[in-house]
Amino acid sequence: MQDKSAWNWEPGKRVVLDTAKCKEGFEWLEELQASPDGEKCAAVVNLGELEFSVCVNGENWGNTYSRIWYPRFGPDGRLSALCSDGMEWTVAVDDEPWEEGHGYLFNTKFSRDGSVIAVALQDDMKYGMAKDGEAWENLFDNANNFALSPTGNATAAAVQVEPLDQADINKFQGGIFSVAVDGRAWDERFVNVWTPVFDPAGERVAAQVRKTLYDYTIAVDGKIWPGNYTCVWEPAFRPGGGIVAPVRSGGKWGLAEDDNLIWDAKYFQCWHQAFSADGKVAAAIVSPKYGKFTVAVDKAEWGLYFPVVVDLVLSACGSRAAALGKDEDEMWTIMVDGAAWPGRYARAWTPVFSPDARRVAAKVETNGKYTVLLDGRPFGQDFDQVWDPVFSPEGDKVLIRAVDNGQYCRIVALTSEF
Amino acid sequence: MVEIYNFVVGPLAWVGWGIFVVGIIYKLIYMYSLARAKDYSSLDYMSLPFSLRSIFVWSIPFYATNWKRNPAMTVATFLFHICLIAVPVFLLAHVVLWQKFFGITWATLPDQAADYMTLAVIAACVFFGVRRATDLRARYVTSYKDWLILILVASPFVTGFLAYHQIFNYKFMIILHIVSGLAWLALIPFTRLSHMFLGLFTRAYAGSEFGKVRHVKDW
Amino acid sequence: MGAVEYGIQNRKVDDIGLIQGAARLTPERIQKTIQKVLAGETGAKLKAYSEICVRCGLCAEACHFYMSHDGDPSYSPVGKVKQTMWVMLDKKGKVSPEFIYQAAQVAYTECNLCKRCVQYCPFGIDTAYIMLVVRRICHLLGVIPQYIQDTAHSHASTMNQMWVKDDEWIDALQWQEDEARDEIPNLRIPLEKEGAEIMYSVIGPEPKFRTQLIMQAAVLMNEAGMDWTMPATTGWDNSDMAMYTGDNEIMARLKRDHFECAQRLKVKRIVMGECGHAFRSIYDMGNRALAWRMHPVPVVHALEFYWELLRDGKLKVAKPFEKTVTLHDPCNVIRGRGLHEKAREVVRAFCPNFIEMIPNREHNYCCSAGGGVINCGPPFKNVRVQGNRVKAEQLKATGAEVCISPCHNCHGGLEDIIHGYKLGMELKFLIDIIYECMEKPNAAE
Repeated sequence: MQDKSAWNWEPGKRVVLDTAKCKEGFEWLEELQASPDGEKCAAVVNLGELEFSVCVNGENWGNTYSRIWYPRFGPDGRLSALCSDGMEWTVAVDDEPWEEGHGYLFNTKFSRDGSVIAVALQDDMKYGMAKDGEAWENLFDNANNFALSPTGNATAAAVQVEPLDQADINKFQGGIFSVAVDGRAWDERFVNVWTPVFDPAGERVAAQVRKTLYDYTIAVDGKIWPGNYTCVWEPAFRPGGGIVAPVRSGGKWGLAEDDNLIWDAKYFQCWHQAFSADGKVAAAIVSPKYGKFTVAVDKAEWGLYFPVVVDLVLSACGSRAAALGKDEDEMWTIMVDGAAWPGRYARAWTPVFSPDARRVAAKVETNGKYTVLLDGRPFGQDFDQVWDPVFSPEGDKVLIRAVDNGQYCRIVALTSEF
Repeated sequence: MVEIYNFVVGPLAWVGWGIFVVGIIYKLIYMYSLARAKDYSSLDYMSLPFSLRSIFVWSIPFYATNWKRNPAMTVATFLFHICLIAVPVFLLAHVVLWQKFFGITWATLPDQAADYMTLAVIAACVFFGVRRATDLRARYVTSYKDWLILILVASPFVTGFLAYHQIFNYKFMIILHIVSGLAWLALIPFTRLSHMFLGLFTRAYAGSEFGKVRHVKDW
Repeated sequence: MGAVEYGIQNRKVDDIGLIQGAARLTPERIQKTIQKVLAGETGAKLKAYSEICVRCGLCAEACHFYMSHDGDPSYSPVGKVKQTMWVMLDKKGKVSPEFIYQAAQVAYTECNLCKRCVQYCPFGIDTAYIMLVVRRICHLLGVIPQYIQDTAHSHASTMNQMWVKDDEWIDALQWQEDEARDEIPNLRIPLEKEGAEIMYSVIGPEPKFRTQLIMQAAVLMNEAGMDWTMPATTGWDNSDMAMYTGDNEIMARLKRDHFECAQRLKVKRIVMGECGHAFRSIYDMGNRALAWRMHPVPVVHALEFYWELLRDGKLKVAKPFEKTVTLHDPCNVIRGRGLHEKAREVVRAFCPNFIEMIPNREHNYCCSAGGGVINCGPPFKNVRVQGNRVKAEQLKATGAEVCISPCHNCHGGLEDIIHGYKLGMELKFLIDIIYECMEKPNAAE
């Protein structure tokens, strides 16, 4: 993670790149990507038939490839992309390709600070992961649901540990899936495994498993919860606590922590549980009535109901929560602490809390133009394109990365400008 | 005989009507609470305009595709149901009873018309019976219950007709008529005859799903 | 009664899934499972349907199986309920493994869940729903035709219908992008374009067998100037055979993955290819299983999308498609969504020689492949081909050279029918004709 205090927080607008000029000399320019600090803007560019490069602030990478996709800035500001020379694939990070090539690479993942980059890989129809250029020693007949620990110390995936002949339903039901951590599979076999997740330290892994076609539970480092549920959703490690997962019992959903119900199974839906940094506050998106969704914080429901609720976020201290609701007219509302901001938008993006949790910002779309809201109030200008806002460490300024009239610009806005 | 008559038009009528009314109310409450608990992902899509549209459209003879395809069945079905309701409700002899016991009265059918309508019900029952015995589509799914129901439905009309025309022993026949009529009423909530009221709801549900979600006709 | 000769017992088909599944059953497990489903998962709907059905048999002619079997009443919708659900209800679940085998065969292979019979029943009884409850019970008992069970396994393990691995999906898209560039040099299939207006989703067989459909859709999107994307993660597959095996939990999991994929990409809507059952899963059944009253991201079926593009002048006809064509109305988007007039407007725009098949629109006969029947695999191919003679007659009567079938399962089913009854018709998706006849302003000289 970059030290945000080292970024340029001088208020004002600066044009970083004129994308119209940037387009010259290329057959085409693909989607723009903005770096976290807003100082860089990059895109895959086509230089001719089967010749691609990445253009960063108007400068092309030295290497060209026959195909490049998924260019993304990591949290530390490094730009990675998946590149192929027509035979093999590699990950290029700031124009430096990983040494070893592979049959296929996909699904780039960053550790929380961005210092570690992992990808899913396929070599000779065997599957696994690679981290900073190091591939798993063991590869599997199939792997998916890839995960990189927050610290970047470990990788995991759901893996198929035995080959399966066509339509062999008996072998499948006997269990051929497991979880592999850094390429080593658990001894246990399951009918299905989904969404392995790491604890904050990257030492433990929990996953959803299906033991038979009908019995679902959570497995932690290979050991399953004794309880059976008719369904479960992805588990999460509660900081300083146990493992919490939505579970379905008697036709309704609740939350279980270490196999004990902590929220009664009374919801038509319950998912996307989130915790404060100290683990003391738990929240989730719930549907207390069929077709009506809201957020519950420590079981207390917000009084606002929408047909769709997504993007629940808790402030680090847990004192505040925000989420998005979409109404019957397909218009979006931003909800913070159970109250709706006044505007309705064609689209809204995940709300962002300031480090001290006092302020909330979010990207929204109206009439095909984008802007940033701060505590419900729009920035004085709208744009052709906007990225998620970033707060300064003190929370008194907001970094807006935007494209305005073909110009990619970086704006540091004072809170008074909203 | 008089005592029996007084009993059947008195206490037994109360029992018959009571079971009918209470049974329907109970059944509706029971089904609604069951639907709320288990069929919420259906119940939530009910729409009054589309419910009414569906019920209305299916109440028109020869309008729905399947009514057109089965003309004899359509004629028999509509004739049967119209007469089945109209005759008991608007028969002079019945209205007289309402007036006698409750002092209320309403329009009545001429006896001659009611007589023909009774015959229509009986004829329709014969048609249903013959169809049930001979048409494979119905015969394949027919059980003894379907025959009992048909007999149950026909009997008040047959006995009523016989009584009105004083064929066989009138007093006996009229008692039989009342008893079978009350049995018919009392059994409505607990047998296939509950389609009398539940059918409206299944029709309404189909109309709602087809109209509101699927955007097509359900006929 | 003389009707005893009719019934599923006369036409049992050997299938590993059914044979082995039934062999594992005990009467106790059957009874417990049936009672659990009846008490825990069904309610007033099933009760009302079972109670008020007056056994009139008027639904029979709604069903292509009945219409194709010379009046054999055991193929009528109510005849199927009689052989399955009524017995389970009457005996309170005390039925034999053999009974479950037969019930499974009826529910999985002799009913396409097309809901045509709902339109024919005076009470609107939904026999497809009853058959789905039977399938649910059979799923919980593990008595399911082998091939569709395998498909459900694929869904659960890969989130797609055809065991397509994560990289194979992306690779297929990049390959089709290259293919399309032969014609449209600057064409793109934008992967993972967060914030695009449209996410285009397809079904598992497209990257596996029918890749040209992806290419044609990409050409359409590019030439119409759409702001679109396709995901490079799971969630790209909108199909759902778990919905048809009775595995409602996997159905829900699939739909969650699909919709959350679109929500992650922040698109305004999902446009999906020419598939019927996937539309049903997204628009009708899967969303409900997750407590989303309607689709949480609007889903536009290809037929409606073409119509929109035509209306907005973004899709233009370059040359007419001269052959005589007829249109098969797929149940799940016509009876399931009412897109029949829009489909016709598009067809008429491209095909001056359009002949209606009769009956049509929401009264069209099912292809007999839908409802998961074609996914039950080779053992049941004859069941659905022989069970849809009426479709062959319907097609033949049009005399058309080409049949347009804007649905994958219909396509598979009609292919077998056209072949089986030697109709000599060409079969096309609508996009095949659009692709052939549309204006392509960016095409290379």
